[in-house]
Amino acid sequence: MIHLTVNDQVHELDVEPETPLLWVLRDEIGLTGTKYGCGIAQCGACTVHIDGQSVRSCVVTVGAVRGRVLTIEGLSKDAGHPVQKAWIAEDVPQCGYCQSGQIMAAVAFLQRHPKPTDAEIDAALTGICRCGTYPRLRAAIHRAAVLMQG
Amino acid sequence: MSKIEITRRHFLNVGLTAAGGLAVGVAVPGWGAAVTALADRSAPWENQDGQEIGAWIVIEPDDDVVIRVAKSEMGQGILTALPMIVAEELGCDWSKVRSEYASANRNVRQAQPYGSFGTGGSGSVRRSREALQQIGASARARLIAAAAKRWQVPDGECTAADGKIVHAPSGRSFGYGALAGEAAAIRLDSEPPIKTPDQFTLIGKPLARLDTRVKVTGEAEFGIDIRVPDMVYAAVATCPVPGGSVKSFDAAKIEGRRGIHSVVPVPNGVAVVADRFWRAQQALADLPIEWDEGPGAGSDSDQFRRDYRAALDGKAANALNTGDAEQALAGAAPIEALYEVPHVAHAPMEPLNCTAHFRPDRLDIWMGTQDALGATNTAAKTAGLAPEQVYVHNCYLGGGFGRRAVNDEMVQAVLVSKAVGKPVKLIWTREDDMRNDRFRPQAAIRMKAALGPDKLPLAIDIRTAVGSIERSLGRDKVESGVERQAVEGLSNLPYRTPNLRVDCILKNTHIPVMFWRSVGSSQNAFAVESFIDELAHEAGADPLQFRRTLLRDKPDFLHVLDVLEQKSDWGRALPAGSGRGMAIHEAFGTIVAESVELALSPKGEIRVDRVVAVVDCGHVINPRTVEMQIESAIIYGLSAALFGEITIKNGRVEQANFDDYQMVRLADAPKIETYLALSGGGKWGGIGEPGTPPIAPAVANAVFAATGKRIRGLPFKNADLSGRA
Repeated sequence: MIHLTVNDQVHELDVEPETPLLWVLRDEIGLTGTKYGCGIAQCGACTVHIDGQSVRSCVVTVGAVRGRVLTIEGLSKDAGHPVQKAWIAEDVPQCGYCQSGQIMAAVAFLQRHPKPTDAEIDAALTGICRCGTYPRLRAAIHRAAVLMQG
Repeated sequence: MSKIEITRRHFLNVGLTAAGGLAVGVAVPGWGAAVTALADRSAPWENQDGQEIGAWIVIEPDDDVVIRVAKSEMGQGILTALPMIVAEELGCDWSKVRSEYASANRNVRQAQPYGSFGTGGSGSVRRSREALQQIGASARARLIAAAAKRWQVPDGECTAADGKIVHAPSGRSFGYGALAGEAAAIRLDSEPPIKTPDQFTLIGKPLARLDTRVKVTGEAEFGIDIRVPDMVYAAVATCPVPGGSVKSFDAAKIEGRRGIHSVVPVPNGVAVVADRFWRAQQALADLPIEWDEGPGAGSDSDQFRRDYRAALDGKAANALNTGDAEQALAGAAPIEALYEVPHVAHAPMEPLNCTAHFRPDRLDIWMGTQDALGATNTAAKTAGLAPEQVYVHNCYLGGGFGRRAVNDEMVQAVLVSKAVGKPVKLIWTREDDMRNDRFRPQAAIRMKAALGPDKLPLAIDIRTAVGSIERSLGRDKVESGVERQAVEGLSNLPYRTPNLRVDCILKNTHIPVMFWRSVGSSQNAFAVESFIDELAHEAGADPLQFRRTLLRDKPDFLHVLDVLEQKSDWGRALPAGSGRGMAIHEAFGTIVAESVELALSPKGEIRVDRVVAVVDCGHVINPRTVEMQIESAIIYGLSAALFGEITIKNGRVEQANFDDYQMVRLADAPKIETYLALSGGGKWGGIGEPGTPPIAPAVANAVFAATGKRIRGLPFKNADLSGRA
């Protein structure tokens, strides 16, 4: 049995330890806000936090997780996190599929870079969005930074 | 499409299939349809508390209004734009409007109240706008009639606005919820007129999308997120060479593994079914499969390239011939250039997937499809059921771009569910999605022209050799030899020249091809707009002014050029190593011009810094979603222009995932400015695709401006620009 804490809930799971965290979240626990996009840590659609660090859950095996997992579902109640508020204000999502991962990546990034420059954003936010929401995503990160300070 | 004047009454009663099949069956009917629907307990569309007013509108007791949408939400904002059109006429309080998908099953069981569900060709607004206005107006007239009857006053004394019918003389009012039941039963003697654009109060406003909130909380349900009781998962392998088939597989090798349910053959492949997707995928990787690779096995991209080039010298079908380009070119020293584009993949963020639940008398499908009605018919045929027995529950689409217009994954899921007798969620991995794509066709396009003494084109001769989409899909043999998609952007060349000839050579390989955002225009604009730039250079003219001269009898184009010149700071000098280029193209009824400012690194890497886009789509429903679509179309096209290339070796697709199929990321994304230059009038252009075609040639032209080097083949990553800066 594997014990996994996700969004402050402890789960006891009968799964192979080599199962990627992504599929455990989605298929065992039913938290489908975290998305499968590539399976090789390229696109970032599966981004979650482990103890506040953003990780790509498609390449983290569940047996290797040693901390508390936070997914998009646990980020806030009622879309109230400043990053979500900024995302709404800037109309970031189009198809929306990558946005859970983009938001989780942005939250972790802003915790380390409360006043980010564009160059820092470029270096850290490497998730793929096929709809090309990047210009709005960038604006939303700057907006979220202001909201988080306020 | 030819313009046919039809009276409003005629339109409503007959249904006007000539107008792109919208027929709105509506005849604003849906009226009779609604009554029968409510008696059917298995009808999914009745799962609401409200009162239907026709098949498109539901009004709830608390005055909330639900507007049905028969198109698919794939990021373009259609679940917001189409309800805006209905609400404009209905007189809604927009804060109380919600949208939901219309039922394709209802469409086949009743008299097609929703018409076509096909979502593509940048056509959702263009093809349904007038009908949706009529639907809203008709419901409004019924609400007014219901209120007037209660108050015993003439209809003309009542007005509708903000979700209320008001009788001004007496100061009384009703919310729509209180009137909906009576309104639904009202028969109108004649249909009310719809608003003209000058009367719009909601259309044209930059409104926030209705689907944003669920897309920042993870709640938005995509096909891949569906969970059905007793569901199993399937991973599927298909022959790595398209057109090949399974020779044999050894299921015994994975039998007894944890969670494995069964191994099921599917067309050209085999599926492993398990209690979890991860287990199915792992077992599939260990399943020995022998393939019969079929006739495509020996081919590769270099061969295709030689074949397409050679085809340009062979027999062609003529698509357009005005004047005598051949003769005009024979008497001159022609300028000639060959442009080439590779296959490119759609690569939507959500890999294709489908959940199917087959039962002997009913089939349920959960997926994201660009055509819920087409999927209904295909699923029925696959399952051996009647379309009436098929329920396609369309979800949010994690990107479409044309790929989800044909649902190969659904056919597999239906067959597997039928074989195992359980609901099955079948998921393509990213590798499956990349390798089983139906790609944008590879093409070679040869342009020839001669300049007259006035330095303007005396003749232009265009020849394209390209894969036929219709033939690849098995839809049409295209016996004329000219496919509309193959020559779009060529046959409607806007530039004035006395002699113009367009020839088409359709040539397919074993690689399937299909609609890719902006279709033929995506490669044809690259050829035309690069070549016009070459001619401008040859004529010693500024590329923008050269186009202005050639478009002098096209006021809409000229207006777009004017705005581009101004907003892009066209004449302003850029630092060394940088360049500015532009392109203009009309597709799907919309003209888009784009200018690009870019810089080259010493290693020759292109960095696009700024794109200015100017758009004439006639009218706009929601300027905010228009802006988003232009940004999206530019970045989608930029990914393909800079990096996009699917190559074939030994008949197989070489690329598999985002590590070897690169795309634009945040760090590569330019600053984009979008400006509207609307010509209004009778023009309602599309918006999902027209932003894509100009970007590749605008980049090529900017590279030329920066380096003097002309890139005639995509993608740009293959061009050596080192030391050019």
